[in-house]
Amino acid sequence: MSNNEDEFDDPGTNASPELFPIEAKILIIACGALAREVLDIIKINNFNHLAITCLPAILHNRPDEIPERLREKIKKHKANYHNIYIAYADCGAGGRIEKVCAEEGVTMMAGPHCYAFYAGQDEFTKLAEEELGSFYLTDYLARHFDTLIMEGFGLNKYPEMRDMMFGNYTRLVYMTQADDPNLEIKAKAAAKKLKLNYTKIKTGYGELASFIKDAAK
Amino acid sequence: MSEEDLDLRSLDDQELMEQMWDDLYDGLADEITEATNILLERGWAPYKVLTEALVEGMRIVGVDFRDGVLFVPEVLMAANAMKAGMFILRPLLAASGAPQQGTMVIGTVKGDIHDIGKNLVAMMMEGAGFEVINLGINISVEEYLAALEEHKPQILGMSALLTTTMPYMKVVIDTLKEQGMRDDYTVLVGGAPLNEEFSDAIGADSYCRDAAVAVEIAKEYMLKKHNQ
Repeated sequence: MSNNEDEFDDPGTNASPELFPIEAKILIIACGALAREVLDIIKINNFNHLAITCLPAILHNRPDEIPERLREKIKKHKANYHNIYIAYADCGAGGRIEKVCAEEGVTMMAGPHCYAFYAGQDEFTKLAEEELGSFYLTDYLARHFDTLIMEGFGLNKYPEMRDMMFGNYTRLVYMTQADDPNLEIKAKAAAKKLKLNYTKIKTGYGELASFIKDAAK
Repeated sequence: MSEEDLDLRSLDDQELMEQMWDDLYDGLADEITEATNILLERGWAPYKVLTEALVEGMRIVGVDFRDGVLFVPEVLMAANAMKAGMFILRPLLAASGAPQQGTMVIGTVKGDIHDIGKNLVAMMMEGAGFEVINLGINISVEEYLAALEEHKPQILGMSALLTTTMPYMKVVIDTLKEQGMRDDYTVLVGGAPLNEEFSDAIGADSYCRDAAVAVEIAKEYMLKKHNQ
């Protein structure tokens, strides 16, 4: 079992960083793509009674696997914590994460995906309606764009598939949490690779922060 | 002889057909174009080229996709290669009066621009002998109804990739019910976040896990209709 804060700095797409303070009574089970942000929120607020364990971010590309992987995690840790909170939205699972959470008696985040809870549900709806062909990146996705998108979707190997896969998109919306200039360079490069217009929005941690704060109560 | 130097014309019919299965598997559109033309020159009926070379090749791709041997990028490259063959065969099939299984109207629902799976279904359905009217993306209930009126299909296919857009399928089905048209069509639905439970809940006839399954289910429904 890993218990190392350094692993949260830049979790790889297959990483499952975890941190189990001895005094923790509440567990957050998060997507690996949120690991760093969840730990940041915990540290900023001194929520030392919260523990974190993550599922690999690569499941972003295979959301059908998430519900049962989550159930395994919940069952594994249930006996050791007073409460468990799930830092996942629906994430393309078609309601199956919600079903698992209801069956296991744990609380999850609202909304369709992390883009919506970072931007705020209403703001995200406006963004989507403003331009249907919007492709979204968070800080994590900007950092791991090449692994998750270029390699994950085979675009490195088959560049001609860009039109098939991204031909209906018109712009890339970079939702930044930390507003790191180095990540913005990566986000702009991603837009260029996908031949999309570029828009940046600073969302901060959005509803993820309030979810973690509610969990900590 | 290296594979790059392979002269497709030197192969006999059986070898060429098997080479086409390999070339589809490897997503080689130019080779599929050439081989399709060679088989036609040798007197193969367009329908025979379609079913025995292209559709069979895509069936093999579909099996390996289902078994986790191939992934979406490889399937898309294979579909792209099949598209090259279909481009040649489509007008010939229409002219030769090849057997028609039925007609399908298909589209991605309103608010959703994702069409990879939907286009795969359209191509496989066409390969299986269905006339397919592919409406495209972001299709409203009014556009679905207009297409049903115009093309009078037996099958309506709807696709969605987003949790936020999949409920729109119910809007379309409920509208069909309100207008007394629901029983006129077999409604098939698909897309990554869907499942059978959702399909049942919205009143669709079937959830189709992938393109190959969609073809099989569509054929079953057509058979039932013919036997009624």
